[in-house]
Amino acid sequence: MKEHVDIDDIIERYPGKPESLIFLLQDIQAAYNYVSPEAMTLVCDHVGVPLTQAYAVATFYQSFSLEPKGEHEIRVCLGTACHLKGAGRIVSELERRLGIKAGETTKDLKYSLDTVNCLGACALAPVSVVDSDYQPNTTTPKLVKLLDKLASE
Amino acid sequence: MAQPKLAEQPNSMKIKSIEELNAFRQEILSLQDPARPTVIVCHGTGCLANGSPKVSEALRKTIAKAGFQAKVMPGIKTTGCHGFCSRGPLVIVKPYGLFYQRVKAGDAEEIVNTTLLKGEPVERLLYKDPKTKEPIALEKEIPFYKFQQRVVLRNIGKVDPMDIRDTIAAGGYQALARAMTSLTPDEVISQVEKSGLRGRGGAGFPTGRKWRSAVAAIKKKGGPVYVVCNGDEGDPGAFMDRTIMEGDPHAVLEGMIIGAYALGCHQGYIYVRAEYPIAIKHLIIAMDQARSLGLLGQNILGTGFDFDIQINRGAGAFVCGESTALFTSLEGRAGEPRPKYVRSVEEGLWGKPTVLNNVESWANVPVIIEKGADWYAGIGVPTSTGTKVFSLVGKVNNVGLVEVPMGIPLVKIIEEIGGGVPGGKPFKAVQTGGPSGGCIPYTLKDVAVDFDSLTKAGSMMGSGGMIVMDRRDCVVDVACYFLKFLEEESCGKCLPCRLGVTRMREMLDTFSKGQGSKQDLEDLMSLAQAIQDGSLCALGGSAPNPVLTTVKYFREEYLAHIEQQRCPAGVCKDLITYQIDPEKCTGCMLCARNCPQKCIQGEKKKPHRIETEKCIRCGICLDNCKFEAVQVS
Ligand SMILES: Cc1cc2nc3c(=O)[nH]c(=O)nc-3n(C[C@H](O)[C@H](O)[C@H](O)COP(=O)(O)O)c2cc1C
Ligand code: SF4
Ligand code: SF4
Ligand code: SF4
Ligand code: FES
Ligand code: FES
Repeated sequence: MKEHVDIDDIIERYPGKPESLIFLLQDIQAAYNYVSPEAMTLVCDHVGVPLTQAYAVATFYQSFSLEPKGEHEIRVCLGTACHLKGAGRIVSELERRLGIKAGETTKDLKYSLDTVNCLGACALAPVSVVDSDYQPNTTTPKLVKLLDKLASE
Repeated sequence: MAQPKLAEQPNSMKIKSIEELNAFRQEILSLQDPARPTVIVCHGTGCLANGSPKVSEALRKTIAKAGFQAKVMPGIKTTGCHGFCSRGPLVIVKPYGLFYQRVKAGDAEEIVNTTLLKGEPVERLLYKDPKTKEPIALEKEIPFYKFQQRVVLRNIGKVDPMDIRDTIAAGGYQALARAMTSLTPDEVISQVEKSGLRGRGGAGFPTGRKWRSAVAAIKKKGGPVYVVCNGDEGDPGAFMDRTIMEGDPHAVLEGMIIGAYALGCHQGYIYVRAEYPIAIKHLIIAMDQARSLGLLGQNILGTGFDFDIQINRGAGAFVCGESTALFTSLEGRAGEPRPKYVRSVEEGLWGKPTVLNNVESWANVPVIIEKGADWYAGIGVPTSTGTKVFSLVGKVNNVGLVEVPMGIPLVKIIEEIGGGVPGGKPFKAVQTGGPSGGCIPYTLKDVAVDFDSLTKAGSMMGSGGMIVMDRRDCVVDVACYFLKFLEEESCGKCLPCRLGVTRMREMLDTFSKGQGSKQDLEDLMSLAQAIQDGSLCALGGSAPNPVLTTVKYFREEYLAHIEQQRCPAGVCKDLITYQIDPEKCTGCMLCARNCPQKCIQGEKKKPHRIETEKCIRCGICLDNCKFEAVQVS
């Protein structure tokens, strides 16, 4: 898991104004892998917006998660270039192997599977990112090998 | 190593005039010896993913170990993307201009011994012409680069984006100094107007005219005014803005500062996609360095003019690239578009006059001021001046980022710069402009690539994604892909977009299953019209474009799906079967081991066979087979 960061320290980073809301949610998401209801309340008190507005924001943008994410994050690009080179097949195979749908996390909190629309590395399509490592020219066999390696660690 | 160190710049070292900027530049240049070899290692996203950090590390060590004498002491420099990412990691050796591709850490020794010590090329690392198989030693002679005209990308791949001195040595901030010392704000706007620059973010609105109307709005309503850079780059399959922000962040900053000076603005914002962490990092470093030299922040260049910039990370919503949604997002709310009864130049961010321009648009501004509006207007065609950066991806040999003058024939980009489609067949279609654009068929291969010609062909420039498709790509599938993307990205605020796009996608889904009728195709067309007419923002308004152009140019392919239950390209899952060619199959068993259905039979070293009834058409066998024995029909 990530290093522990005190939530108050994060909150103090930005002035208590409504426009700080997204910044704060982003930093909290980065530190804890998700935004908990407690964190949400603290943020709202600080920036002075109602809880409903904070939830509207947190559910509107894809990068926020209201549920904890897995230990390993697998993101497969489904941008146009990657789509044409068979990225859809990679996602389906991972869904089968992990027993979850894209956007979900395995019950043991080990893996999260997400899709993104273009990572801006289209020349290497299909591309995926496992934790924070780019995997250029991803193939199912390559990813499966990597997953096996992660599992045995 | 690297550049000899300048005397540490104390924090108070601020450049206060154009003379001081030039003196500083001369000081940097005097410490560089142009004859001295420099090894440039691409550290753009593509090359980084392909292992370039190991390459630069190995080169650094080997050079240190070789213990060069001062006379030949080579420098090593890491830069942004050179465009030819599919050949990465790339290493360029200056002053020779030698171009090495697919370099590995293990090649460092040979590069140092052969090239740096003896001045000779390492043959095996050179690019080989795919047709003649002849090695090409020099970067500027490789067809991929030869036909390009790098104006916006002029510094990328040359300067270290994390060292402002490198940018200044290359001529960075000269335009800013010129604008602030010898042009009035009004003259700056006139230059941008005269250059003919049209916004590179998609719609192609004349930048000078936008700035001019902002000035009028400020007069009418009073300040403050904001300048904003749109670095959201939501178009899937496009990465030019990313490359510019990563490889030449100062060009973006300089453009914005010049714009701020012209408009009397004191606060700017850059909205960057969250998926682009390196772009964010390089922009932050660049802003810090510019501030410490007095090029950004208070009292810029000693003129008394203040302007600063804040970076906002996007949070993953395509619609936030739309101007009004972007402002709402900057204000900390969910980025839903609003109707544009009032234009953004009058009521943008916080309801104040705001000028929003795309990354590439901003990066064009310094060149226009530096080289003059007439020079700029001389490039391209009269109604679309300058150059445009495209990301050339899909079924094309030389995948990468290219910059060409506007008006160049499409086929020249695909065939000469892109090296054509793998296998040598003609391309089938090129999708330009992303989800809001359209498909251009091979029959229109000579179309001029400029704003108006592309629109006339039913497509559009968009932000500059160019996706090349060959006969193995299905237009129904691609149209369906874009609709699915837009369906997920629709903010849901208005009905024609929310329900209409979903309904269109459902109809295409049935086509790809071999169902539906000719009448459905007609209904699809009228639904498309309704969505175009009734949507609040351009996301919905342009959503039908990929469908309209593919139906226009590839109607038979749609009919093949609907009437014959056939996918000519062999893509649509429900209409294809997988087979193994016994001639090609070596019996390696890889496919059988990985098939989730366990429906591939055969003995070791003997041809295998697929039991079609059990097959779920997942394509895993196709991905696994190294002998191209798995075939789709
Ligand atoms: C749904 C949607 C998404 C957009 N995404 C982007 C984007 O990612 N980057 C961009 O520069 N412009 C984008 N635009 C266009 C912007 O709204 C705006 O026109 C542009 O940034 C203006 O800059 P320019 O005049 O320099 O082109 C988008 C428009 C729409 C409707
Ligand atoms: S057209 Fe679509 S994205 Fe635009 S405002 Fe309407 S629902 Fe939202
Ligand atoms: S397509 Fe999938 S299910 Fe069908 S044979 Fe190949 S691996 Fe097996
Ligand atoms: S992977 Fe290819 S070569 Fe190997 S058994 Fe399967 S079809 Fe034959
Ligand atoms: S489409 Fe996948 S990285 Fe761009
Ligand atoms: S990242 Fe190196 S060439 Fe594009």
